[in-house]
Amino acid sequence: MRSSLWSLIVKELLANWRDRRNRIILLISPMIQVLIFSFAATQEVKNVPLAVLDDNRSILSRELISRFEGSPQFSQVMHLQGVGDIAPTIDSRTALAVLHIRQDFSRKLAAGQPAQVQLLLDGRSSNAAQIIQGYTVEIVDRLNVEIAQSASLRGPASVVVARTWFNPNSDTLWSTVPGLFAVLTTTVGMMVSALSVARERELGSFEQLLVSPLTSIEILAGKAASALVIAVSETTIIMLIAMYVLGVPMEGSMVLLYGAMIVYLLSIIGIGLFISSLSSTQQQAIIGAFMFLAPAILLSGYATPVSNMPDWLQTLTFVNPVRHFVVIAKGAFLKDLPIDVIAAHLWPLALIAAATLSAATWLFRHKTA
Amino acid sequence: MSEALVQFDQIVKRFDGTPHPAVAEITTTIMSGGITGLAGPDGAGKTTLLRLILGLLKADSGALRVCGRDPVSEASAVRDLVAYMPQRFGLYEDLTVLENLTLYADLRAVIGEERRTAFERLLAFTSLAPFTSRLAGALSGGMKQKLGLACALIRTPRLLLLDEPSAGVDPVSRRELWRMVQTLTGEGLGVVWSTAYLDEAERCERVLLMNDGKLIYEGSPSGLTNRMVGRSFHVRNAGEGRRGVLASAAKMPGVIDGVIQGANVRIVMAAGATPLSAEDFKGVSHVEVTSVPPRFEDAFVSLLGSATPAVSRLAAGAVRAKLDAGPVVEAKELTRRFGSFTAADRISFSIGRGEIFGLLGPNGAGKSTTFKMLCGLLRPTSGEARVAGLDVAAQTSAARNRLGYMAQKFSLYGDLSVAQNLAFFAGVYGLTGARRQRALERVTEAFGLQRYLETNAGTLPAGFKQRLALSCAVMHEPPVLFLDEPTSGVDPLTRREFWAHINAFVQSGVTVMVTTHFLEEAEYCDRIALVYRARVIAAGTPDDLKDSVRTQALPDPTLEDAFITLVEADDKKVAA
Repeated sequence: MRSSLWSLIVKELLANWRDRRNRIILLISPMIQVLIFSFAATQEVKNVPLAVLDDNRSILSRELISRFEGSPQFSQVMHLQGVGDIAPTIDSRTALAVLHIRQDFSRKLAAGQPAQVQLLLDGRSSNAAQIIQGYTVEIVDRLNVEIAQSASLRGPASVVVARTWFNPNSDTLWSTVPGLFAVLTTTVGMMVSALSVARERELGSFEQLLVSPLTSIEILAGKAASALVIAVSETTIIMLIAMYVLGVPMEGSMVLLYGAMIVYLLSIIGIGLFISSLSSTQQQAIIGAFMFLAPAILLSGYATPVSNMPDWLQTLTFVNPVRHFVVIAKGAFLKDLPIDVIAAHLWPLALIAAATLSAATWLFRHKTA
Repeated sequence: MSEALVQFDQIVKRFDGTPHPAVAEITTTIMSGGITGLAGPDGAGKTTLLRLILGLLKADSGALRVCGRDPVSEASAVRDLVAYMPQRFGLYEDLTVLENLTLYADLRAVIGEERRTAFERLLAFTSLAPFTSRLAGALSGGMKQKLGLACALIRTPRLLLLDEPSAGVDPVSRRELWRMVQTLTGEGLGVVWSTAYLDEAERCERVLLMNDGKLIYEGSPSGLTNRMVGRSFHVRNAGEGRRGVLASAAKMPGVIDGVIQGANVRIVMAAGATPLSAEDFKGVSHVEVTSVPPRFEDAFVSLLGSATPAVSRLAAGAVRAKLDAGPVVEAKELTRRFGSFTAADRISFSIGRGEIFGLLGPNGAGKSTTFKMLCGLLRPTSGEARVAGLDVAAQTSAARNRLGYMAQKFSLYGDLSVAQNLAFFAGVYGLTGARRQRALERVTEAFGLQRYLETNAGTLPAGFKQRLALSCAVMHEPPVLFLDEPTSGVDPLTRREFWAHINAFVQSGVTVMVTTHFLEEAEYCDRIALVYRARVIAAGTPDDLKDSVRTQALPDPTLEDAFITLVEADDKKVAA
């Protein structure tokens, strides 16, 4: 490598490191984000307030209610007095769900007939409502089985036994953290590269760099390389937090993950440098970076599965580098993703990286010479 | 009848993280009915002082009264009486002239009939009436300045504060603004005009001279200049040898200041020192030493306590320019168009070895465009730029290796230490091993950077920033140096030191190309090209330019006079 290119990389790293504010943002913020997001952006529903209207007031109905009270998913179980209480309770969000046990509940059960309980859910939190429904069905089913056994009646014909593969305890940290890892890798690579050219423009050192014998390709290569070094070191820190603080397993090959990550980061850095070449101030660069980050992350399958999107949008996500890396990251953490599956996502990434880096180079030359 | 508008009593203002107070125990009074010059280099505390008057900052200690009121606790009353034009004029560039005026009228609650008459008065006063629908961003520097002034004057104030109104504005617009402001003082207004140009301060009725937060002089400019009578001299006829004359004069006892003014060298002696005579310059034949009237700047330098003029520690030949004969920098029919706008139109000149060549001209006239094409920052639309025998556009990287560049604004890496900045530029210019070591040692030694090697470049004192920037530009021993307004806003001592280094380079054969609108700087040049309306309208030595405008009415023109006369003559020619 030419010594001038090496000097440029060293300078970029020093410039990022010696600016105290920059250092804090780069070091502390991903750590805080991985911790906060892991616990806050959880899909799990815990500590839900539930209201119960028991019109039956029998041993059996009390038994059913006590099971809800004993469940860790429900924080408190409120007792309502009449049907008129139901609507206000849900309206005011005092409870997310109301369980209504009819007067004939115990009578029907005793007669061996199917007894119905009504579950009213707050559809405004549709996701939580769905999950509460699941819990409720589970609790009621279990009671069913027990009643059947004790009364030596014939139990329900069949019971679904679900087992979650790759995440046997359905620990939501396991499913959020690998996706979050991909998102944070993206953000860091993006920010460092998007600010790099814009910062020099703003501070006035850019022209000094341009009149040096460094060619525009060398300048971009130096900036890309240093952004890569910074982003890889940061993701390493995030990965260690994920594995040793949050206890997420690393099933796949570390070598494959790092290889894929470098290709992926190059594609992101290409976009970052493109944005940076366009911006004359750091502020513009940050706005540009967010204009890319928000849609790219939404369309990545990090928060919502790509398979739920309309077909045309699914096709479009093929050019979204974040989408490919989310698959790779989830695969590497939770299952030992085979190399051919990784390769299927790696070649699009390599293509995207080649495209974004060339676009950045073209724009950079176009804007400067 | 003039009255006291602002009274400072022992005012102190400190900012966190700076070793010295920005304003240190200032006691003074600003009167109505005249222009008070607030003079001093960048960072002397001028803007802080203005912001204290406006109540935008609160003094740490001391008492301050503005029109009899406290500027912080009675802020709204004070703001009705005081108008302020910030640096860069405080305009909204995406609004038209009229929208800017309307905005400021709204902010100051000037409405109805009062607004109508105010607009009429101000548009007539500034002659901006034909341009009311033009975007402020599309105005020339001089017109922006006038609009800024109009916006400040929406409600007729008792005190007008102008924060460096002439920074970045060409001499023609500077003079026009000066005349306008003088009209205002005739109406009894008090004006504070802050400036880094000492020649401007010299024209004020009263001047407050600041340095490092301290008030070092207050009173009439002539009061200070008169102390210097009999101590200023010109060494004439030195011709080619003038840089040598300056360098040797700088080492003579009793000399406290020396600058080059065209073909002459201006020397200032310490009080009571024996004046120099032609005998002292035996090496150079035919020199004459004549006494000249002192200028304000002589007095300022003497006041700053300069014991001896700056001497460059660069040994002659420290930088070896290895070059053949023939022009070192050449512009051949250089043209650059941006869309339909021609920024540079067939500009041609050539610069020889060891010459200082200046590009002079108003903002937007095309001097920066020309300069950028010559150092490879901008591709010419047609024509050719050659540096050290290489075509800049075709052999960019090789040509860049042979030039050193120093930008107007401090443009190194402020968060990197001095040593890291030096190492970076050594690396960028491909210096390795022993060569790199020698280069680093040479500039550290020559520019006295030893003490600051581990200091962050951003926190260096102004003079050292300048030294570091120059060090980084010359580490690879370029035969050509490009300087873009290298000393605008720096104090006179730093500027002299800088030019002492440049003169040393030139004496060892380096060629220097400099852009400036600071006429003091232009005096150091061997030749000047005056760029106006994208063309070179005049070229020659500083004295040639001065001679070309010498008339009965103007027997001793300054370079600024020459500049203004030539630009105005060109305007007339184009209009005709």
